[in-house]
Formats: sequence, structure tokens, C-alpha cells
Amino acid sequence: MYRGQSGQWSWLFHRVTGLGVLIFLLIHIVDITLIGFGPTVYNDALQVFDTAPFRIFTLALIGALLYHAFNGIRIILVDFWPSGYKYQRQMFYTVMGLTILCTLATAFFILAPIFGKCPQPGYCSAVM
Amino acid sequence: MATQTTPATPTAAKVNGYGATSRPGTGSTSWETFSWYFFRISGVGLIFLALIHVFLMHIANDVSATSYSFIAARYANPFWRVYDLLLLTLALLHGLNGLRIVCDDYIKSHGARLAVISVLFLIALSFWLMGTMTIITFQPGHTLAQTLLGLLHH
Repeated sequence: MYRGQSGQWSWLFHRVTGLGVLIFLLIHIVDITLIGFGPTVYNDALQVFDTAPFRIFTLALIGALLYHAFNGIRIILVDFWPSGYKYQRQMFYTVMGLTILCTLATAFFILAPIFGKCPQPGYCSAVM
Repeated sequence: MATQTTPATPTAAKVNGYGATSRPGTGSTSWETFSWYFFRISGVGLIFLALIHVFLMHIANDVSATSYSFIAARYANPFWRVYDLLLLTLALLHGLNGLRIVCDDYIKSHGARLAVISVLFLIALSFWLMGTMTIITFQPGHTLAQTLLGLLHH
């Protein structure tokens, strides 16, 4: 591994988050397939995602997805904006800031039900 | 390192031996050029498709509310089936293209690389077929087996 600076980290994070999101996508295709086995099977499986460990797992996925999305925009800007490469480092810090900010905002909605709070009135833990 | 472009430092280009993956220009195959553009175009599409999906299924509605009846109401509108099919297809292709580049980076032998990428393609195809089947055949109150039986009897 070469000792680059922010460019090296942005590349490594992009690859790791991409692989992570892809693994989740495969899991997600399997759990959605369960809907073909009827409401009992599907709603039981859904309750697994309502548990604390899976909520933390979901938050990690969303954080990875947000990084991959924001850094993807950065890559496109570096490629297509003629002077984009000059600001790649500033854009990397912006990507990190936005990722952390948006992940924290999302964490409130994803994790609140663990503590018995319900940000979405009438919806929490109301598996039909 | 074909996903990242324009090296952070000029030395990066020397390190990976691939010219550090700026836009494929003259000399590279048209397939690589297509792949390069596909990454960016599908990526832009996925930013909207995936982030809206996450917002609707995890923030606007809690995941515990996205039950069987929730999906039934949602899939009564064909728009969401088309939306989900598009998301599934683009996400799998984008991810598979990423895996292909990871293989290019780490598997030196041409034969082994071809074998691994072929297996990954078949796995992705199986998952795509599984997801597509679920999205297209879902009928509230009917299991997949019942829906398929119904189709076969007609």
C-alpha cells in the first residue's frame, strides 16, 4: 500500500463501503424473498430487523451508503469538473463531514426505538 | 484501483501501474470505457434510488412498520415495482462491476481472474433472478408457490 494521503483513504473507504453495501444487498434480496412465503414468515423475519443489534447493523449500512454516495459525487466532480482535482482534498473533508452529520441525524431515527422512543408517530413496533 | 480517479499525488500514477485510472482514453478497449461511464451514470442514478429508498423504509417509516400489509399497499402501485426493479438491477450491476475491478487489482493470473469473475457473475445473476421474481410475482394473500401454480394452470 502506497503512503498517499487523503486520496489513499478516500479510495480505501470507497472500496470497503462498496463491498459492505453489496454484501448487505445480497442479504436484503434473500430477506425480501421471504415475502413469497406469506405474511407470517415475512413479518417474523422483519422482527429480526427490529432488534438492537440489527438496528446498529442497519445504521452502519446507511453510514457506508452515505459515504459511498458522497464520495461518488466527489469522484465525478474530480473527473468532469476541469479544476475539480485541485479541490479533491477539501472535497474529501466535505465528504467525511457530510457522512458523519447525516449518519448522526439518521442514527436518531434508527436507534430511538431501542430506547422506547418513537420518532414516527403511530408506526414504531407496530408490526401488522 | 480503477474506481478512484485522478490520483491525489502525482506519484500515485506510478504506484499502481495502471496509470491510476483516469478516464480510459486511446489504447484502452471500448469495454473499459463503457464500464467507466457505466460506473458514473449508474452511480448518479443509485444516489437517488438508494437514498430515497432508505429514507422511505427507515426514516419516514420505521423498519418495524414495513410489514407484509405495508408492502401489499405499496406494491398495489406498479410505480414502486418498477422503482425497486431499477434499484435492484442498477445496484447489482454497479456492485458486480466493482467486484470485477477488485479482482483485476488482486488476482494476478488471467485464468484465475476470469474464473472468479465468471462465478461472481453467475452469483449476481442468481440474486437478480430471485429479486426480480419476488418483485414481479408478489400478490397479496398468495404465496409465491400459489402464484406460480396459478400461472401454470392457465
